[in-house]
Amino acid sequence: MINELFPNVKWDKMWEATEETLYMTGISVVATFIIGIILGLLLFLTAKGNIWENAFVNKIISAFVNVFRSIPFIILIVLLIPFTKFLLGTMIGENAALPALIVGAAPFYARMVEIGLREIDKGVIEAARSMGAKTSTIIWKVLLPESMPALVSGITVTAIALVGYTAMAGVIGAGGLGNLAYLEGFQRSRSDVTLMATIIILIIVFIIQFIGDFITNKLDKR
Amino acid sequence: MISIQNVKKVYSSLKGKVVAVDDVSIHINAGEIFGVIGYSGAGKSTLIRMLNGLEIPTAGSVTVADKQVSQIKGQELRKARQEISMIFQHFNLLWSRTVRENIAFPLEIAGIPKNVRLKRVDELIKLVGLEGREDAYPSQLSGGQKQRVGIARALANNPKVLLCDEATSALDPQTTDSILELLVDINKRLGLTIVLITHEMHVIRKICHRVAVMEDGKVVETGKVLEVFKNPQQKITKRFVSQVTEPEETKETIEHLLERYPQGTVIQLGFVGESAEQPLITNLIRNFEVTVNILQGKISQTQNGSYGTLFIHIDGDGSEISKAVDFIKSQQVGVEVIKHDK
Repeated sequence: MINELFPNVKWDKMWEATEETLYMTGISVVATFIIGIILGLLLFLTAKGNIWENAFVNKIISAFVNVFRSIPFIILIVLLIPFTKFLLGTMIGENAALPALIVGAAPFYARMVEIGLREIDKGVIEAARSMGAKTSTIIWKVLLPESMPALVSGITVTAIALVGYTAMAGVIGAGGLGNLAYLEGFQRSRSDVTLMATIIILIIVFIIQFIGDFITNKLDKR
Repeated sequence: MISIQNVKKVYSSLKGKVVAVDDVSIHINAGEIFGVIGYSGAGKSTLIRMLNGLEIPTAGSVTVADKQVSQIKGQELRKARQEISMIFQHFNLLWSRTVRENIAFPLEIAGIPKNVRLKRVDELIKLVGLEGREDAYPSQLSGGQKQRVGIARALANNPKVLLCDEATSALDPQTTDSILELLVDINKRLGLTIVLITHEMHVIRKICHRVAVMEDGKVVETGKVLEVFKNPQQKITKRFVSQVTEPEETKETIEHLLERYPQGTVIQLGFVGESAEQPLITNLIRNFEVTVNILQGKISQTQNGSYGTLFIHIDGDGSEISKAVDFIKSQQVGVEVIKHDK
């Protein structure tokens, strides 16, 4: 039945492409989560009236984030080709997509982290300071736990955007479902392959959304 | 215990300089409950935050429990803060932690090992009367319960001083009373010095030993609560005192009575401590040819004794009235003759 609807789909290739997409998304989500939180924390802490208030550092990070957040992803990949080549020695394959994916997504996520942190009640931070907490304690025991639902829902949105980015990266040779849909599906006019790749991408997105919502609800005790 | 000397705090803003605290000097003794009252913007919030170094004074010095809080920094300041804890108007609990975990937080900061921590938390939960709510999250608690968690958290590291930043202003009157009772209880049982800021004279009356009145960044009046009630000097102090001593409708009632009884005199009497227990009115009627009509009265309890106000209307012969008034004055009772405003 399925084989009749999708006559040109080679399931082993489809599965391989799915694995590649999951690999690219997984690694880049983890890296984006870490780098985004670091950047977001720096943005938050160096802002006016905060613990590490520093207009200079704040402006620099802010400018960096704004620039990389504004460049369309497809252009960013091309721009980063020399950087990727320098880093990995190649620009083909799933690993070659990672620098562009992370550089594209981390600044986007950093802004979400910053917004999440700003929503924390200032009084709670003041209370922690009044107890004699160090800045590292405030970060680990107040800022991150108190903003965790926002951090998780933010990474959910970012992860879904990253699935889309991997498909774009596929077009320039990074592998994955986007690559398959473009080369096997579009170039050879086999729309059933494109359709199947799309369905799998949708399933991945739904699963990410479901997991993200589930964890956010579990964490939120407000 | 606490010494605030010539402290000044100036904020610079785009519109120019704002003096939040202007040359304030206060000494607070160990074991005392000291109140600072003022309207919002009077500078009391800034003042209390200088006691634990959350605000640094522009000039002057602040010493708390032998530590010069206005000078020390870093590790030393953080150590000092563990002895000067604070509770807040909006409780400032971590929503992501249960009651138990919230109370354990300052112990974690102080680096207390887990088994000791758990024992201490259980003691504190008992002390503030939150048994059975240990595993609840703040969102599941009432305002009064949240402030109890705040108090338990503040007491965790056995502080020497407790700062209360409008701690009851977000609570209803009944809950306010129960939290105030808890504070008095803690003050007596642990000998803790308590500094509180508020805009409610009721809070000062109920638990404070001494009070400072703040207006526009300055302390305009300081004294024992009972003395201040008996003999308020400044206009603003009189206004705060009347919050508690006069029922709200007093003013209208008096106006009304002045109109109804154009003859005679309406007098406001202020009783303090023992004089409140003398049979003054009886003596008045027996010894003078006057009629006395009691209009309104109230007795308030403070930490240093009771304080009462009584409004009476005296009628009779002009000279008898003035003799009667002189007699009352000789009885160590505050007398104020109230006249028509018009």
